[in-house]
Amino acid sequence: MELIKNFDHIQTAHCENGVAVSLLKFHGLDFMTEPLVFGLGVGLFYIHIPFMKINNGPAISFRTIPGEIFRRSSKALGIKITRKKFSNPIVARDFLNAKLAEGVPVGCQVGVFHLAYFPKEYRFHFNAHNIIVYGKKEGGYLISDPVMETVTVLSEDQLEDVRFARGPLAPKGHLYFPENVPPPDNNQLRKAVAVALKKNAWWMSQVPVPFIGSSGFKFTANYIRKWPRKIGLKNSSLFLGQIVRMQEEIGTGGGGFRFIYAAFLEKAAEILQDDRLIALSEKITLSGDLLRSSAVNMAAVYKGRNTEQKYFDEIADGFDEIAALEKETFLKLYKMKF
Amino acid sequence: MKKKDLPQDESKLSDFTREILYVKDENGKYQKELSSGWDVKSDALKFAWDEVERRVEDAKKEILAGRKSPVFYFMELNLMDIQTLSSYTGFWGFSVKRHLKPFFFRRLGTKKLEIYARVFKITVDELIRFNGINKKL
Repeated sequence: MELIKNFDHIQTAHCENGVAVSLLKFHGLDFMTEPLVFGLGVGLFYIHIPFMKINNGPAISFRTIPGEIFRRSSKALGIKITRKKFSNPIVARDFLNAKLAEGVPVGCQVGVFHLAYFPKEYRFHFNAHNIIVYGKKEGGYLISDPVMETVTVLSEDQLEDVRFARGPLAPKGHLYFPENVPPPDNNQLRKAVAVALKKNAWWMSQVPVPFIGSSGFKFTANYIRKWPRKIGLKNSSLFLGQIVRMQEEIGTGGGGFRFIYAAFLEKAAEILQDDRLIALSEKITLSGDLLRSSAVNMAAVYKGRNTEQKYFDEIADGFDEIAALEKETFLKLYKMKF
Repeated sequence: MKKKDLPQDESKLSDFTREILYVKDENGKYQKELSSGWDVKSDALKFAWDEVERRVEDAKKEILAGRKSPVFYFMELNLMDIQTLSSYTGFWGFSVKRHLKPFFFRRLGTKKLEIYARVFKITVDELIRFNGINKKL
């Protein structure tokens, strides 16, 4: 039996943040919190990819590409992460065992569809979930899943199943762990926060593509207005349901991400000693609240209560409002000097 | 969102875990808080599953009518599309598309049937015997 000592399970709102926080804390960065990782990782985003479907619905994401949050946040702090992918499951298993024997907890990208401890209702073909393996005993591997309140166990075969899930974004046994974590340095942290704020503001307000960043909400709004006429009520309800799931489900919560980012801005105001950021934090909180109330409106459509065109217009107007609000906020942030 | 507005509705997560959300406390500071779920989300999830069930039922009818092969039914039952199934089996997408038709399905060799059965986590027998009427597995 191999068990890594001093490993604390930390529950977070989003799986990738959670893995990053737990691993960095294990390596001695005690000040790490979820909002800080999310902010340093330039996590807040919006994209509506046209002409593409996920689970037969629109392809919308409220956060950046899977893997980027951990990559950028550790890069900002001067931490090197070793990543490995495998084509052979046996080699993958041996490598994991060797790392655990060394006493290193390892982050793994897994697919959700075969994940044994997840409730059936949540098991879709989504391949970018992240968990930490922090030890091994006779029954299998000890797993710390950041979206869960407690730790859990997976047998060898179960872990192999999810590590080698197939389909879009297939994990291919992907595992990662930080190496040579430097001791915390306040100057570096201040610099990293300032840079991360600027980068996030750029992504949200400066990209000259209509479906990326804050203008993406407007792009989606235009689609929503046309849906009832173009694809019929049944399909538009399905699409709205998909948006809500993308927006609020565990691991992908869009409204939730706005609140995490607002919490980061609050923290950044403290780190940079800059009160202007508190005002921006309020704005992002407002944007999160707007997303939640638009989710309520969308629910009324797919539950069959409000099905006329005017309700679709109402939802679209809500998205336009969010677009305007985020554009203004991030433009302000982009022009700030620290 | 304020702490007092955080919904604590019943959801499919109830026996599994509660989820974390960042909310503002009385002093306007952010903090972590646990929530057991939110009706709006549960409804969206239920709606998605109703749609999956409808697709599975439709698949059954297609097989009864002799227009599709059992592979189609099990593909829908496992929430897969042709791309995902092709990735799991290692067959080309156009082959998978052919195997959805009874004509080509009947001509499949044991080896390929075994691969399909393994991916769907059933036996070869269950796969070829499925005729659209058998009870849901």
